[in-house]
Amino acid sequence: MRVLYFAWLRERIGTSREEVETSAATVSDLVAELKAREPRYEAAFADLSAIRVALDQEVAEFDAPLAGVREVAFFPPVTGG
Amino acid sequence: MDAATMAAEQVKLAVQEEDFDLGAEVAALAAGRGDVGAVVTFTGLVRDLHADGASAMTLEHYPGMTEKALGEIAEEARTRWPLTGLTLIHRVGRLAAGDRIVLVATASRHREAAFEAAAFLMDYLKTRAPFWKREETPDGARWVAARDSDDRAAARWRG
Repeated sequence: MRVLYFAWLRERIGTSREEVETSAATVSDLVAELKAREPRYEAAFADLSAIRVALDQEVAEFDAPLAGVREVAFFPPVTGG
Repeated sequence: MDAATMAAEQVKLAVQEEDFDLGAEVAALAAGRGDVGAVVTFTGLVRDLHADGASAMTLEHYPGMTEKALGEIAEEARTRWPLTGLTLIHRVGRLAAGDRIVLVATASRHREAAFEAAAFLMDYLKTRAPFWKREETPDGARWVAARDSDDRAAARWRG
């Protein structure tokens, strides 16, 4: 699945997108897998209350299932306008 | 009713690096139709946050989701108010103090719908459209934090 990072998450992780092989059932499971990979993921996902997630470009919750999802995006609360 | 009063709603949504022309956008909402009695516009500008005038920011967005979110926000406004048209333009890339960032323009037969829909569109855009501001300050760059007051402003349109 394609995983995208925006704003400070992109900076802390050091990439804007990557393909991830995962059997994670939910967003939370995917986050746990990413955090276990390397310290930069552990640091970026340290405070989930500061992070939002979108599944196939629709805002979702961290307990949402990943079955059938092609694109997961992580980002801070939006600040446009 | 004549053809002009039967005209379909005009919806323009754009995410772009280029500046926009307020007068041209307002004219476009009324051009060729006789049913527009009110056009309300909101223009967001980059404030000069630093005394040395070094203020600038870069706006990042999520291509694809941004357009989708703007479409959903526009659709929500059209179902709530009898608009004849609406325009949402959000700039991305690097912007300096004084630059225009965002335009919301709403057109309707009467002013109430246009005023309310414009406020609604800005409140929803600020809390739902995936844009992020990165400010350049004398002490380095920093990501702008989301504001609770924006969430409260958007919450007033629920229910």
